[in-house]
Amino acid sequence: MTSQTQSVRGTGRVASGPAPGDASAANVAAEASARPALPPVRRRPLRPRLAPWLFVGPALVLAAGLLLAPLVYTLVLSFRGRQVAGGGLGLATEVWVGLDNYVRSLTDPALYASFGRMLVYALIAVPVTMGLALLFALLLDHLATRFRRFSRVSIFVPYAVPGVIAALMWGFMYLPGVSPIRDAFAAVGLPEPDLMGPVSVFFAVANVTIWGSVGFNMVILYTSLRGLPQELYESARLDGCSELQLALRIKVPLIVPGVILTGLFAIIGALQVFSEPNMMMTLTNSITSDWVPMMLVYRDAFVTNDLYGGAATAMIITLVTLVASLGLLKVLQRRAFGGES
Amino acid sequence: MSAPAVTGRTAGRAGVGRDGRPTDRGTRRGGILPTIVLLVGTAYALVPVYWLVAASTKGAGELFTTSTLVPSFTGGFVENLTALLAFNDGAFLVWSGNSVLYSVGGAVAATIVSAAAGYGLAKYDFPGKQFVFTFLLIGVLIPGVILAIPQYLLLAKIGIAGSYWSVLLPCMISPFSIYLARIYAAAVVPDELLEAGRLDGASEWRLFRSVAIVPMVPGLITIFLLQFVAIWNNFLLPFIMLSREETFPLTVGFYSMMNQGTDQLNVYNLVIIGCLIAIIPLILLFLFLQRYWRLDLVSGAVKG
Repeated sequence: MTSQTQSVRGTGRVASGPAPGDASAANVAAEASARPALPPVRRRPLRPRLAPWLFVGPALVLAAGLLLAPLVYTLVLSFRGRQVAGGGLGLATEVWVGLDNYVRSLTDPALYASFGRMLVYALIAVPVTMGLALLFALLLDHLATRFRRFSRVSIFVPYAVPGVIAALMWGFMYLPGVSPIRDAFAAVGLPEPDLMGPVSVFFAVANVTIWGSVGFNMVILYTSLRGLPQELYESARLDGCSELQLALRIKVPLIVPGVILTGLFAIIGALQVFSEPNMMMTLTNSITSDWVPMMLVYRDAFVTNDLYGGAATAMIITLVTLVASLGLLKVLQRRAFGGES
Repeated sequence: MSAPAVTGRTAGRAGVGRDGRPTDRGTRRGGILPTIVLLVGTAYALVPVYWLVAASTKGAGELFTTSTLVPSFTGGFVENLTALLAFNDGAFLVWSGNSVLYSVGGAVAATIVSAAAGYGLAKYDFPGKQFVFTFLLIGVLIPGVILAIPQYLLLAKIGIAGSYWSVLLPCMISPFSIYLARIYAAAVVPDELLEAGRLDGASEWRLFRSVAIVPMVPGLITIFLLQFVAIWNNFLLPFIMLSREETFPLTVGFYSMMNQGTDQLNVYNLVIIGCLIAIIPLILLFLFLQRYWRLDLVSGAVKG
């Protein structure tokens, strides 16, 4: 991290033009690129001023066109609506409706219900994912554990499985008739549980996410652990520190930034959950088409063709997400990003 | 006091007793419970994949009638595979090709864009730099899912919604990749070399190509892989953008198969074997590429 701040500061010299080797500079430049080497003293300071913009240019153009413009467009749409003019002739015109769409969205119980379900899902998925990832990372870093390489690779494997395919796989595994979980219950004489009932479906969906993301977070945390100075452990061990104490008192506090960052991504991921419940909807009636906020927006915008209402709801979700993640960032910034940016 | 400190380095790795002597037996014994927990995690990760393999061997009538974890050897696998390849005149192969096209094309473009932007942000000081970085960082926080709908509306306005470009273009911009590229460029591209190059009169573009890119390659591979997986796994963007089946990637293809379920008797069999064939190459690719990952990048723990 220190090299980061140093180098950023060091670039201050870029714009400060050439001093000594101008003659040779002009020579090499002339053969390197076919640009005229005429007034080197005037031209050199100009180039580095333009160069950074050429490097960030493509990203800026794409970000403006594909991130900023769509957001602005949605904002505009959310204040507009369709008005059928001329009494039933079906000539619809777009008009400015002010906050109407927002009022409609915010007074719709479906929105709150979907946010509530998303919250329940997130409260299961995020802590369990992060907890398991941290646990497995610490176990991988624990010297006495066997089969570490095999476990690391195996637990990482689900990350390669697309969310919708994972939802399908688990969906089948919950389904009566093909479910090994239900079979296991039956085998020991217990009643077969309904794995996609009104309540259990929250765990069913959360489980798909947990299964898919534990390994990725585990590897990130494990890499952070590997980056810690080993000397630290040795002196602690010599002082009689047990492996458990070592993990909880030394390792965990030192990788808190990594935990926070991965946790933040897990929360952002939970806020925008869509694919998994949408796919599992094809296998169960417990998931409705407005189960989570994003499904609600999708339904409004594309199924019931209420583009304007969908836009307003999308803006509300964006706002909630931004406030939530920026707020979290602000609280955690000093620990998560260190002195960066 | 100095003697244990010297041997401490090797002894510490093998496990040390209270008296400072390596205790191999103690280490093993302490490792049983952690090992069991780790193996439970491994089973949790692998059992669904095993279930998929077992289920893919079952013919049309067997899926719901035979024991779930025991594979069948009555030729169901070949039967399913043939049916899958024949489904909708080879739609599965078309979707697979599309998935590869979107993932490789989008990830290559995103990596190039991110490399340039990350390098520009890390190695130059220019007015507006902080603004540019903040603008891009906020992009990380806006859910891609929420952007997909307005992106569709906008791309529909300019008439390319439904085309390959409507999926490829949004995949090319990845704020998170730019953030990673910036951290990485700052850590591995030496200022001294850039300065020396400037004194020798190399153009800024040439410096980027011949000084900056080479040390950045491991980080760029990571960025490519992360973006590749993100696009391969993406569902909502293509689901919203595309309407013609021949442009679908695998994820949307499976969804459409599940939705026309009832008129295809063995659709579950087809989807199950399709899932298996879709994930096996990706898992193998991952295992093969493992050594090239620099996931420490993601948590920001880059050591220059």
